[in-house]
This record gives sequence, C-alpha cells and structure tokens, in this order.
Amino acid sequence: MIPLSWYLWLSAVLFTIGAVGVFVKRNAITIFLCIELMLNSVNLTLVAFSGYFADVGAQLFVFIVMTVAAAEAAVGLAIIISIFRNRASLNVDDASQLKD
Amino acid sequence: MEKALFIVFAVIAVTSAVNVVIQRSPLYSALSLIGTLISLSALYVMLHAQFIAAMQVIVYAGAIMVLFVFVIMLLNVPADAPHIEKQKWLRYLGPPLGAIMLAEAYYVLEHVPNWPFPTEPSARSIGTTLSVGMAMFTDYLLPFEVTSVLILMAVVGAIVLGKREGD
Amino acid sequence: MGWIQLRKGPNRVGPGGLLQPLADGLKFMFKEDIIPLQANRLLFALAPMLFLVPAVMTFIVIPYGSEVTLFGRTIALHVTRFDVGLLYVLALASLGVYGIALAGWSSNNKYSLIGALRSSAQMISYELALGLSIVGVLIQSGSLDLVKIVEAQGGWHGLKWNVFLVQPFGFIIFFISALAETNRVPFDLPEAEAELVAGYHTEYSSMKMGMFLMAEEFNVITSSSVAATLFFGGWMGPGVGTYPWLSIVYFLAKVFILVFVFVWIRFTLPRFRYDQLMTLGWKFLLPAAILNVIFTATVMMLFPGLR
Repeated sequence: MIPLSWYLWLSAVLFTIGAVGVFVKRNAITIFLCIELMLNSVNLTLVAFSGYFADVGAQLFVFIVMTVAAAEAAVGLAIIISIFRNRASLNVDDASQLKD
Repeated sequence: MEKALFIVFAVIAVTSAVNVVIQRSPLYSALSLIGTLISLSALYVMLHAQFIAAMQVIVYAGAIMVLFVFVIMLLNVPADAPHIEKQKWLRYLGPPLGAIMLAEAYYVLEHVPNWPFPTEPSARSIGTTLSVGMAMFTDYLLPFEVTSVLILMAVVGAIVLGKREGD
Repeated sequence: MGWIQLRKGPNRVGPGGLLQPLADGLKFMFKEDIIPLQANRLLFALAPMLFLVPAVMTFIVIPYGSEVTLFGRTIALHVTRFDVGLLYVLALASLGVYGIALAGWSSNNKYSLIGALRSSAQMISYELALGLSIVGVLIQSGSLDLVKIVEAQGGWHGLKWNVFLVQPFGFIIFFISALAETNRVPFDLPEAEAELVAGYHTEYSSMKMGMFLMAEEFNVITSSSVAATLFFGGWMGPGVGTYPWLSIVYFLAKVFILVFVFVWIRFTLPRFRYDQLMTLGWKFLLPAAILNVIFTATVMMLFPGLR
C-alpha cells in the first residue's frame, strides 16, 4: 500500500529538478528537455490522482498533455533548427538581442 | 513488495532526471530523459493506468525523444562549455531556489490525507483501453477533436519553420 | 538462400550446410573486437544491446499455444498476458529505433551516421502504417490482448482467421511495414552492402556486430510471430481442442512459413531507393492503412455477426 503522498512527492521532486534545469542550463535543447521533464512530472500527478480516485478523466487529461507536448516539441525543435541555422550557436545567452 | 518496486522506479527516475541537468552533452541528457520516461511508465502501470503507460512509451519515449535525438545528431549540438559561460552566477542560484520549491511542496503535501488505493474491480479497470476509449469518445470528445487540429497546426508550423530559404 | 538464387550456397558445414549459421555465430565470437579511435565508447557498446533487447522482449506476450496439461497442472502457453499486449508490441518497436541511431552516432563515421539517420527515419515512418494496420485487427477482435485475439479466430475450420475474414489488405500492409521496420530487403538501403559501406554497422566487429545481426534476425522472427498471431490464427488449427499440444506445432509451422516468406523476398527483390522507400511509406501505405481501417469498421458495422 503506497500512500498517495509518495507519488506526489516524487512528482514535486521531478518538477523541481526540471525547473532548476531550465534555470541553470544554457543550451536551448537541454532547456527544452527539462521542460519535457516538468510536463512528465505533472502527468505523474494526474495519473496518481486518477488511480486513487478511480477517475478516468484525469487519464484523458494526461493523453491531451502528451499530445500537446508532442506538438510543442515539433514546433519548438523547428524553431531551434532555424535559430541554429542563423546563428550557428545554441547558447541562449547569445540570443539576447532583444534585451536593453 | 509494491513499496520496493516503487522505490526502485522512483530512484531510477530521480537519478535520470538529475543526470539530465548535470550532463554537459545534450545527447546524454536526452538519453537520461528516456530513462526517466520509461521508469515513469512503469509507475503508471503500478497505478493501473495501462493505456497511458503504453502511450507514454509509444508517444513520448518512442517518438518525441527520437525527434530530439535526431535534431541533436543532425545539428551536431556541441557540449556545454561552462568555463566560457556569461552568466555563471545562475548555476549557484539554481539549487537554492529548487530547495525553496521543495520546502513549499512539503508545506502543501504534509496535509495530504492517506487515501487508500481502491481495490474493487470496477476501480481497477479504470485504466484499461476500453474505459479510456469510452470516456474519450463520449464525455471528452471535444478535447480529442481539438487536439487533432492542434497536431495539424504543429505539422504545418514545423514544416514552414524548418524550410530553408529558397525551397 | 543459394537455392532461391540458383547458385551453390554454403554446403560444407554439417549435412547440407545446415550448421552454417552456427559456424557463423562462432566466427563472430572469435573475431577481434575493434573500437574506433574517436568513438564514444559507452554508446558504442550500448547500442547493440539497445537494439537487441526490445526485439527479444516482444516474445513475452505472444501466445504460442493453447492451454496444455503437464504433470497434472494446466499451463497456459504464453509468458504473460497484458491487457494492452498489442500496444506493448508497438512500444517495443518504437524503442528499437534508438539502437540504430546511437550505433551510427557513436561510430564517429559519416557513413554510419547517414545510414543510421536514414534507417531511423525509415523505421519511424513505417511504424505509423504498422500501427494502423493493426487497428483493423483490433476492430475485429475487440481487444488488445493477444490471447483474446487468437481465441477470437477459432472456429469455421480455419476460415475465421483474420487474414481471410476481413483483413487481406491488413495483412499485406502489416507485412510490408514489418519488412521496412526490420530493415529487410527490399528496404535495407541503410545497411546496404554495396552502397553505404554497410551503413550503421560499418565500424562494428565481433560480438557487437553479431548482436546487431542476431537482433535483426530476431526482429524477423518477432514480426512473423506477431503476424501469425494477429492474422493467421496463432495456434489455431484442426484438432486443437482434443490434442492441445498440437497448437504449438501449428504455431511454429505458421511462424516458419512466414519467416520463409521473409527470406524468400530477401533474395528475390532488388532494393528500393531511399526516396522511393519514403514515398511508399507515406504516400501509399499510410492512406492504404487508413482506408483499411475505414473499410473494416464499415464491414463490422454492417455484419455484426462476423465478430
């Protein structure tokens, strides 16, 4: 018998690791990967609640989240590819022309 | 027994997640993320959500991450070089902020009551394809149709953004 | 192999050359294990395992016989039984892409990389047609559980097999997609011996190369087993009710015939060019698979007695 809070803790830890990753890393693709990690931690929360309350709507929400993540990954990677073609660098610090 | 399985998969998930952040080469980060995704899929199976678990492997680990790995290989993304980073102070600010976030999570989660995991067969069959499919095509039909439009938009957007000039 | 191509094949080792594969396998173990100088050692060693493991793991859901009684206990002849068995097979097919992609990348060789990326793109393109061709079977059997799919094909003296009932096109689409998924001729440009210097496994030698080749053959057997289960009635055959052990014989016979067709095609057809291959996958097989699903759904609605 696993308490629900264990799943929620695991999800919180994964979310925090993803958030710290987005904050710390400078490579655009790695930031993207950490965003996907955060999305997965939310998926885990939803599925945990769906299991403990026997509600299938949460699992459908997970399905939608996965679909949105797929669409966003496709478009995001296309953007990253075009940025790379223009600048030859994926470091987000180099793409700060809109600042100041 | 279930606790042992949970701990094993949770440790794999957290270790792979930490590896995603720590590694300098994006390819290793991507591979570690695949490890996290698969261990999360195992946790979904433990929560009796078999359809979502299979979907996670097919869609996330099998398609989205393949896309990431492709892009990393095609662009030959260089590894991070921390010694020439411009904003190095961020690396030292990140983990304390993460600790603050975990403290907030503790503040919320210590009030979560110990709901029991439902064991009656009707609750166990929530995650089967039949029940997910029935719900998807009756109660939740609109989100399903909207996601199909969303995917169409993503396909068009990705093609337009990925074109070279002069194509 | 030599017989199909009307030439003398290897016939020295063992009676009539039957032990040749064994000799080949032993030869691989004794060769020197070369790792290229600048190659990424961890990924180089990991890639063949990543390719082999999903290929073998598919077997645990395939039912290769009906229930038999052995020493007084009833044993159901499948390793395990998932509610989502068919999705599990698809998931493992998706995971097989990583082995090839990482093999090409870690070899530090541009031919390997090109071959690997082409092969991965081909595999993920044909996964779609593969999955959709299976949906027709799913509509007809009403379950993702492979055991139930086989049981739904019983009766009518073998005419209730899915390949005859509603799915001849489903089987053809599945077979062509499986040929492309397993990188077999006529879709084996990424590992073509004459064009890309053996593609993604150029730099591999000895046991790692052996693992790649073994994994490819395993993939063939796996695809044949899945095709036999989904379309040819699995272990169904005359007389299975009274002699349950016959079911294993029937299953093995069906898998053997399908593997023979795989090998037959390998030595008969020439290779596709890469753009022809991708055109076939996206512009022909995918619409054909979708039409198959629509057709199956229509037939199932009009004749509910066929279930």
